[in-house]
Amino acid sequence: MNANDKEKIRLGKKAWEERTAGKERQKKFMTVSSVPIKPLYTPEDVEDLDYMKDLNYPGAYPYTRGVQPNMYRGRNWTMRQFAGFATATESNERYKYLLSQGQTGLSVAFDMPTIMGYDSDHARSFGEVGRVGVAIDSLDDMETLFSDIPLDKITTSMTINAPASILWCLYIATAEKQGVPSHKLGGTIQNDILKEYIAQKSWIFPPEPSMRLITDIFDFAAQHVPKWNTVSISGYHIREAGSTAVQELAFTLADGFAYVEAGMKAGLDVDAFAPRLSFFFNAHMDFFEEIAKYRAARRIWARRMKEKYGAKDEKSLLLRFHTQTAGCSLTAQQPENNIIRTAYEALGAVLGGTQSLHTNSMDEVLSLPTEKSVRIALRTQQIIAEETGVTNTIDPLAGSYFVEALTNQMEEEAEKYFERIDNYGGVLEAIDEGFFQQEIADAAYRYQQEIEKDERIIVGVNGYTIEESQDIEILKIDPQIEENQRKRVQRVRETRDNIVCNNRLEALRKAAGTSDNLIPVILDAVRAYATEGEIVQVLREVFGEYKEKPIF
Amino acid sequence: MNTNRKIRVLVAKPGLDGHDRGAKVVARALRDAGMEVVYTGLHQTPEQVVEAAIQEDVDLIGLSVLSGAHMTIFPRICELLKENNAEDIMVMGGGIIPEDDLKELLEKGYAQALWTPGANTSEIVKWIQEAMADKAS
Repeated sequence: MNANDKEKIRLGKKAWEERTAGKERQKKFMTVSSVPIKPLYTPEDVEDLDYMKDLNYPGAYPYTRGVQPNMYRGRNWTMRQFAGFATATESNERYKYLLSQGQTGLSVAFDMPTIMGYDSDHARSFGEVGRVGVAIDSLDDMETLFSDIPLDKITTSMTINAPASILWCLYIATAEKQGVPSHKLGGTIQNDILKEYIAQKSWIFPPEPSMRLITDIFDFAAQHVPKWNTVSISGYHIREAGSTAVQELAFTLADGFAYVEAGMKAGLDVDAFAPRLSFFFNAHMDFFEEIAKYRAARRIWARRMKEKYGAKDEKSLLLRFHTQTAGCSLTAQQPENNIIRTAYEALGAVLGGTQSLHTNSMDEVLSLPTEKSVRIALRTQQIIAEETGVTNTIDPLAGSYFVEALTNQMEEEAEKYFERIDNYGGVLEAIDEGFFQQEIADAAYRYQQEIEKDERIIVGVNGYTIEESQDIEILKIDPQIEENQRKRVQRVRETRDNIVCNNRLEALRKAAGTSDNLIPVILDAVRAYATEGEIVQVLREVFGEYKEKPIF
Repeated sequence: MNTNRKIRVLVAKPGLDGHDRGAKVVARALRDAGMEVVYTGLHQTPEQVVEAAIQEDVDLIGLSVLSGAHMTIFPRICELLKENNAEDIMVMGGGIIPEDDLKELLEKGYAQALWTPGANTSEIVKWIQEAMADKAS
């Protein structure tokens, strides 16, 4: 752009501003994250954008336009619905149903006792077994969960964090039983403990031993399970806890950098484990803000990995991510509207270049989804892929003055957060000070206040409301399930070789006190049908438990 | 009830679930409305919740449950309140609670008020103020 063109644009904008001043329908225009939005974006907003340096081509550094050269023209994203409820038997049926309906990957939701490391017959599990996911106590359950599902042909994502090492070993051992060697296994364990302390709050052990389990997984995977994504660094829960888009972006990437630093500190070469790190983001309602978030995320990650951590392997620079539409955006009022919300959110994720996607079901704000609602959710993705045409060209919003300006702004704001986190001394220190927790609580409260002051309208909640009673079908979990699962785990303890099992638990206890890699000993324990609760209990005794200082 | 005394509320997260956004937003709204709020933090057993409620001498317990364990947790809390002769402490709650369960919990008196996603904090504040005024009169 020459000086003459610039001047024309400036004058044109001035004239336009004079024509429109004071004629707006509301006082404030802002994103879902309360970021003010200008009425119009022009070339002035992206004056400094350097195409080759800041965008470049898809599949080329800094990957703003996508991590693969041809993106969805080559292959669509993986349609991976998060599913699991009751026991392994019911969940196995749901997985087979989803696969028969065109889903292309599995994603396992575990129940709270499994997530927190308690067996189904533990007192703390009372009332929670099989409620928000599937109950998995031992190898016996895992074998059932994947029965007649060939683990060399399908990839599986497992949403498990504090006890991720154990569930991963259960998966590897199940594959062994199917005759599938570990180097053929593909999938993801969430395994992101930092975001647990920050937002999701399903922790067991203190940060230090938790980080050690994670670097043990990096090391073991590099040698034995090379196709596995060892951490899914998750912004999803940070956002669900109430963060803004920028906080989600910044805190998630900061966690990612912390894992990289932990791996390097454990003596691993960055390129040995960084290619297996993946990400998990939220897709909230603000369409452009979300798209800008994904684009900024790719660019920031690539730049840091190359410039700060000296990664040489191109795969270490690629930010690959799964997306889930925002559960927190769904309303219990007029729940069918959630189908529409989810569709727009999914469209944002696709235009942002996601590698894999879960679309929420309309009834998730009331209970776990029914088969019908989960089918509609899956069809939402299929309609985007097959009918809308948005996959026909790559990163179609690139060059939009607004999208590029917002992408730049997100990157700048994230950098400011990185600086603040550095000032605390790092992510763990900032967690300790309650920094993330307070930032998120503040944002969540501000958002709620904006709704209550009608500064933002949520359809069906504070606008367009109707008198209604709930008339959609709800999935009910039979309380008998809990009783059955309790008996099942007790039967496992009675029928296994308890001498072998105890020896292996003792071996784990010893190894936990050294700096040896714990994965081989955990794998041995699960092969002997040691339960998840027993393994966690051994580690809890050695590592201790994390306690949070509650703030609001 | 002494009218000078502030309304005291225990906001609690029973069970294993860690989704504390709703609990925190409500806790803060109640505090902003002039109430004394004690927040238990996460992963509380029903016993811990009731013990804290008695120790803190609260008028009301607000339970946040999103894990589907509401039909176990609410009755258990009420049972414990009864055992401890603390039935004058009211119980309200919120979370992912299907309508049928919601009706049952209210009808059986396991909770005096329940809210689901999309609820307004000012409506919660108003309910508490009215409930406390009724209790005092």
